[in-house]
Formats: sequence, C-alpha cells, structure tokens
Amino acid sequence: MESFTLTQQLLQFMVTGLTIGSIYAMVAIGFNIIYNVTEVLNLAQGEFVMLGGLIMVSLHVALGLPLVAAFAATVATVTVVGMLLDRLAIRPVRQPTVMSLIIATVAASMIFKGLAMLIWGKNPYDLPAFSGREPILLGGLVIQSQYLWVIGFMVLVTVLLALFFNRTILGKAMRACSDNGAAARLVGINTQQMVLLAFAVSAAIGAVAGITLTPIALMDYDRGAMLAIKGFAAAILGGLGSFPGAILGGIILGLIESYGAGLLLSGYKDAYALIVLLLVLFLRPSGILGGMAAARSKRV
Amino acid sequence: MLRIHKPPMAVGAVAIAVLPLIMGRVPALEHYPLLMVFAGIYCLLTIGLSLLMGYAGQISLGHAAFYGIGAYTSGVLTVHFGLNPWLCILAGALLAALVALAIGTPALKLQGHYLAMATLAFGIIVNIVFREEVRWTGGPDGLIGIPMLSLFGFHFDAIVKYYYLVWAVVAGAFVFSANLLQSPVGRALRAIHTSEAAAGAMGIPIARYKVTVFVIAAVMAALGGSLYAHFMNFINPGTFDLFFSIQLILMIALGGMHSIWGAMVGAILIAFLSFEWLHHFGEWEIVVYGLVLLVVTIFFPKGLAGLPKMVTERIRR
Repeated sequence: MESFTLTQQLLQFMVTGLTIGSIYAMVAIGFNIIYNVTEVLNLAQGEFVMLGGLIMVSLHVALGLPLVAAFAATVATVTVVGMLLDRLAIRPVRQPTVMSLIIATVAASMIFKGLAMLIWGKNPYDLPAFSGREPILLGGLVIQSQYLWVIGFMVLVTVLLALFFNRTILGKAMRACSDNGAAARLVGINTQQMVLLAFAVSAAIGAVAGITLTPIALMDYDRGAMLAIKGFAAAILGGLGSFPGAILGGIILGLIESYGAGLLLSGYKDAYALIVLLLVLFLRPSGILGGMAAARSKRV
Repeated sequence: MLRIHKPPMAVGAVAIAVLPLIMGRVPALEHYPLLMVFAGIYCLLTIGLSLLMGYAGQISLGHAAFYGIGAYTSGVLTVHFGLNPWLCILAGALLAALVALAIGTPALKLQGHYLAMATLAFGIIVNIVFREEVRWTGGPDGLIGIPMLSLFGFHFDAIVKYYYLVWAVVAGAFVFSANLLQSPVGRALRAIHTSEAAAGAMGIPIARYKVTVFVIAAVMAALGGSLYAHFMNFINPGTFDLFFSIQLILMIALGGMHSIWGAMVGAILIAFLSFEWLHHFGEWEIVVYGLVLLVVTIFFPKGLAGLPKMVTERIRR
C-alpha cells in the first residue's frame, strides 16, 4: 500500500468516485423521471435502491436463483413497489401541495424502511460480486470488477432511457406530459398512466442501482434516506429535471465525496455532498445544466 | 382558527397546573409527569414549527438541528467551560438565532422542493458535526455530566419541579406566538402563505418576515434543546437526527399545523405514543409512524385540529 504514489492514489480516488457517482447518477435520473412528469419530489427514491439490494440478496443468496433471473425478478418486484407507491400514497392525497406531497413520500419511505427492518433485520447484507472479487490491476491501479459493472449499468440505463424517450411512442407521450400535462391530455394521452409509468421506470432504475451497489458497499434497511438525499443533490447540481445534468451531477458529487474522504476528513464524507448541495441551492438553484427559465417554470 | 380565545387558554393552564397533583396519586399514571416533561419540550419545538410551516407556509425538514444546537451549546459550555447553565441556555438560543439567520436568509428565497432539500441537508450536516467533533461533543457516545438547573438555591431536581419549569416556558412561547399571530406580523404571514406574489404586491417585505419566523422557530427549538440537556444531563447525536426532524413534521401534521393548539396536541400525542404506547408495537414502530403520517396527509390535511370542522361540514351536507 505504501508504495502507492500520490498520482496513483489520486487516480484510485477517481475510480472510486466515478463508481459511487454512477450510483448517485442513477438515483438522480430516477428523481428526474418522476419529477418531470408529476412535479413530485420522491423522497422514497432511496428506498427503491435499498429494496433492490436487499431483495436481490434474498433471491440470489438465500433462494439461490441464478444471477440473471434474480436480477430480473428483483427489478420487477421493485417496479411493482414503485407503482404501489403512486397508487397508494401519492395519488390519494386530497389536497396536493408541494408540502403535502413531500410529506406523503416521507411517510412512504418510513413505511418501506420499517417493513425492510422487519423482513431483513438491522444487519447489513453482502452480495457476491457479479464476476468475482478478483481485482483488476491496471498500471498500478486496483480496480474491482464490480466497479465496471456499476459504471456499465449506468451507461446502459442512460442509453435505454434515451432510446425510450426519443424513439418510442410511450416515451414521447411521457415527455409530452412533462412539457405540458394539460396539452398532453388534450391529444389523448392518459396522463395518470404516464405518472404510473414514471414511478415504475424510476423504481426499476433504483433497483438496478441497489443491486449493483450491494457487492461494493453492502446493504441494510437504513440506507435509503442518505442515498435519496445524495441522489437529489446530484439532480440539483446538474439541474433538476435534466438527464445529462443528473449524470454530470452524480459523477461530480461522487468525485467530490471520494476526494474529500480520501484527502480531507473521512468522517465528514456524507457532509461534503450536502455542503455542495447547499452552495448550489444558494448560489445557482438552476444547477449546472438547468436553464434559469426552466427552473423557474418548474418551481411551484 | 385565528383567534386565540381566553377561556380555552385558562382551562389549558389550569389543567397543566393540576395534572401532576392528580397523576401523582394514581399509581398507574405515576410516570406521566415525566412524559409530560418531554411533551412540553416537544411543544416548544412544534409551536415554532407551526408558525413556520402552518402560518408562513415554509417547510423545514431539518428542525432537529436547532434543537441540537440548543442542547449542545448548553452541554459543551457547561461541561467543558463550567459556565452558568442559564447563561448557556441564553447562548444556545443566541447561536441558534444566528445560524437561522445565516441559513435562513439564502434558504428562504427558495421555494417548495428546493427549500425542503436545503433544510434537510442543513439538518444532516449539523448532525454530522455533532458526531464528528468528538473532542467537544463526545461524538456518537454523547456528552455526559451536564448539570441540572437551579435558581437562587432552588434546585430543579425532581421531575415535578422540572415539569412546572418546562410548562412555564411553553406557556410563554404560546402567549408570545398567539400575540404574534394577532399582530400585523401574523396577518402578513398568512398573506404570504396564501400568495407570495399578492403579499409582495401589497408591500409586505416577504423575505424579512419569513426569516424572522425562521429565527423565532429556531430560538424556540434551541430553548427546548437546552431544557432537554439540563433535564437528561446527557445528550447524544441520535436525539437530534433526521428521524426526529420527521417526527416533528408528524407531530404538527397530526395535530394540525395551521393552529398552535393543534401543534401542541400533536406534540403531546407523539410524546405519549413514542414513550408509552408504541412499545406494544415493538419493531413495528417506524411502520406505524409512517402509516399515521400517510393517513393524516391523505385524509386529514388539517390534522386533528381540523377534525371538528370536517365533521360539522359532513353533517351539514
């Protein structure tokens, strides 16, 4: 370890930062999908990640399902959870205001967290890495293969979403809803179904983030809130509602955290992202890629 | 809703004054004064929060931070510097006011989601500071040896004595808030809640009023925190975390955030729920909290305080 030069160390932090940043990016993308269609800020987004990780552990490790089957089943399960969240917690709110909807998602995240504690207990769970724990050595860098899986899945999610939003009727209908809900309804788009779809897609992406993260960082019932906040910080940093912004914001945040923990005080690891969030909110609430006008029209 | 009637206040004051005398005589209720001490401390927090959220319409998901700032100022200054506890309470309130001013001035320009996340982030950062500055705060293990309060040789060493102290402070906060709401400031706040644009057009200095309420709510929370610290003689970061901020939201949502009475009812109910009744649910505690919060948000947007009106409207229909 001591033979590492400073440059090598800095590169090492960068790899870690990119990996954790990819997770934040996925959470931020999930935020944006729901936010764009509904203007709801889903604070339960982190619980999708937590559930993804823990359900995967149960299916893959405890039940012994093969990796791919367990992966698909986990994503499907969390997707259903996301749809239930819309139907049971968000849509029934009688006086939907920003405040009441935020409180509804907070309540939902407490229920998810509490149920997860009842099912899995308080201990963290491990998941075998997708292609073994043998690290890849690259020019003095130690790269865990799981890091590449995380980054790869983030890229995959991005590509699939881009295709979905630009090439499919359903995706275009969803974009229409986020541009102008009333107009979308006028041309015959079922906006309620689009909202449900947004929750479903968002939950699925959260599950992917959770499944890929667990082999690196373990998973327990209590992780959701912090992941949601970091993901939100990434979304704000990039510009709320913008998908390229979410990826950029996630990666910048991951790098800040990784370098902050490595070079400054590691105990304050969780604080760096939040300090950045506060600074962005105070100085430039529209984020890096968000236009000021867009931010204003979205703000309720 | 807006007017604070004198008779209910008198009834409330008498009830609070007599309660320990009755509770002390019934063996099954003997520990209720202890619960009421916590309930009173929570009331200080929720009264301030209802001014901010219910009346001014500004969300705060990090209010536990100010509670913690009060508690830790009292704790650190008494334990490490041996200062007079009353002076420390004052210092805690002052520090909370300054922090609220520094955070509130930029934060309250934000609206809706952005404000929610800014306060959330602030609350977590403060909690991390409590955990990490081990030299001063004792870190996750907490800070022990915080002295109890005494005044001119009179020691607040029994629960019942502390009960009266806490509830006297609550009464002060209540009267202050009631007066504030009936003053031009209160009317301005309600105007801001209804429509910021309209209020601004009427010449109400929106930003200044919002920050003022934020500071008032922070000072009340800090007072509650100091009272908690001197009562427990021990504090740790877990008391002031995100979960408690959310519990505070639950209190005012349950009681009804558009009324100070509602905020107090919510605080007392949750204090009894969490210390007395929820034990029966054991591990289900978090789920129960979540369900209560969800049901209140969906079905009773005005909380318990809005219930009588809901019922009469139902009947009339």
